[in-house]
Amino acid sequence: MSGLVVIGASYAGIQSALSAREAGYADNITVVCDETWLPYQRPPLSKGFLLGTTGEDNLVLRDEAFFKNERIDLVLGHRAVGIDPRATQVVLDNDATLAFDKLVIATGSRARRISVPGAELDGVCYLRSVADAIDLKARLAQAAEVVIVGGGFIGLEVASSAAKSGKRVTVVESMTRLLERAVCPLVSEFLHATHRQSGAEVLMGETVIAIDGASGRVAGVTLASGTRLPADLVLVGIGGIANDDLARAAGITCTNGIVVDEHGRTGHQDIYAAGDCANHYSRFANGWVRLESVQNAQDQAKAAGLAIAGSHGPYDAVPRFWSDQYSVKLQIVGLSAGHDRTAVRGSADDGRFTVFFYRNGKLIAADSINRPGDQMAARRLIAAGLSPTPEQAEDPSFDLKSLVKAIETINV
Amino acid sequence: MVTEHGGVMARVRFVQRDGTEKNVEIGSSISVMMAAVRNGVRGIDGECGGCLDCATCHVYVDEAQAGLVPPPTEDEIELLSNVTAPRRSNSRLSCQIKIPSSIDELIVFVPENQS
Repeated sequence: MSGLVVIGASYAGIQSALSAREAGYADNITVVCDETWLPYQRPPLSKGFLLGTTGEDNLVLRDEAFFKNERIDLVLGHRAVGIDPRATQVVLDNDATLAFDKLVIATGSRARRISVPGAELDGVCYLRSVADAIDLKARLAQAAEVVIVGGGFIGLEVASSAAKSGKRVTVVESMTRLLERAVCPLVSEFLHATHRQSGAEVLMGETVIAIDGASGRVAGVTLASGTRLPADLVLVGIGGIANDDLARAAGITCTNGIVVDEHGRTGHQDIYAAGDCANHYSRFANGWVRLESVQNAQDQAKAAGLAIAGSHGPYDAVPRFWSDQYSVKLQIVGLSAGHDRTAVRGSADDGRFTVFFYRNGKLIAADSINRPGDQMAARRLIAAGLSPTPEQAEDPSFDLKSLVKAIETINV
Repeated sequence: MVTEHGGVMARVRFVQRDGTEKNVEIGSSISVMMAAVRNGVRGIDGECGGCLDCATCHVYVDEAQAGLVPPPTEDEIELLSNVTAPRRSNSRLSCQIKIPSSIDELIVFVPENQS
């Protein structure tokens, strides 16, 4: 029994299987996953799930009926431990083998571990999987003082959830501002102020040099400045690492993730990769990029699924990201690295603004705080290669949609 | 009919542009988007899981029923302002729709594309 085998049952894995099926792939499809849960939603894990507003039942992304209807075999609780490209088979942890005609590697990413003394103490947590989230939620309920290591998306979302739950929260960020690689200074400052106003302390330019413990449990952290912070829970959110080990061991080219083309194809013609574990060339990045987002996982996996079914639909979507913290809705479209000019629409004082990023006069990205309408317009403008002038972008009376409508009129 | 979690069951009829339909049973605590994604309804992505960030679950509610579901919030209206498929008076983000007990079967039309 061969056909399509998919390693990983999160957004990219499931989407690749579904897209192959939708595009007419008629052979067997088997998805194997080391977790024992039905595929689940990840975005709520740091937010609604921790707060208790999203229950475990509501996390389910695809249920049994889905797999039955789509004729996809789901093998849960087994880790793929090897890929043999010559024998075209995947080896599982129980020594079973799955033969494949086509393979998708959708193994995602894992949390980067902190390597300081005390890192192994009980109460040092990470957040990636639903199992992590269940553990974190239980510990959070018992905790009083929470230290968050890393002012990235996961750290800030957990900080928001913990502060909302009445915990004493301190975020420790080693860079000079929050979300430094993802957003512009204006957005960083706005988020910083929001966290402070909501009761979370934020320490910038500080590095954790040790996690202190008592009786094997976390008791606090020590910073490079000498400051000691008491803590009964430490959440580490210092980035992700591509799970490309299986691909590397199989001789598939990897550089910060599995290198794929616009169809998600690796250097091996029958082996594809998609999602957090894959590195692709993006015209929006003006280079190679590995993205960790639901949108990237789904859209890249769609391209792979189509190619596997013999159809065509290269991955060319504008990258987008979002984060909800307290009552702040942060949305990002495009990749702003390399911008040479910004334009601000709205005002940080009102808590509603969008920063538009330009490179050589071309709109390349937009960060929005509580302005979803701007974000939607920017998404379509960037996808269409349209750029309002910075003056137009800054003028709230200028209708950004008018540019989108203009091009649609031409296309019709 | 009552689900194991106590939510009353209703039905959503998803109608594709080519006229094909899929009927899905849905508990009252689950959004129309979630029901679509869990059941593999084509053309509804629901990337953000329902927190009003992505606008990839746009649908048209049957015109006769559009007034029977609670109206959109301001954020939803803003997101709908620039969806890729034509925006109509019955455009909604399906993540924001849970089926009220007054409806046994909700009919929604799936647009040509999502944002």
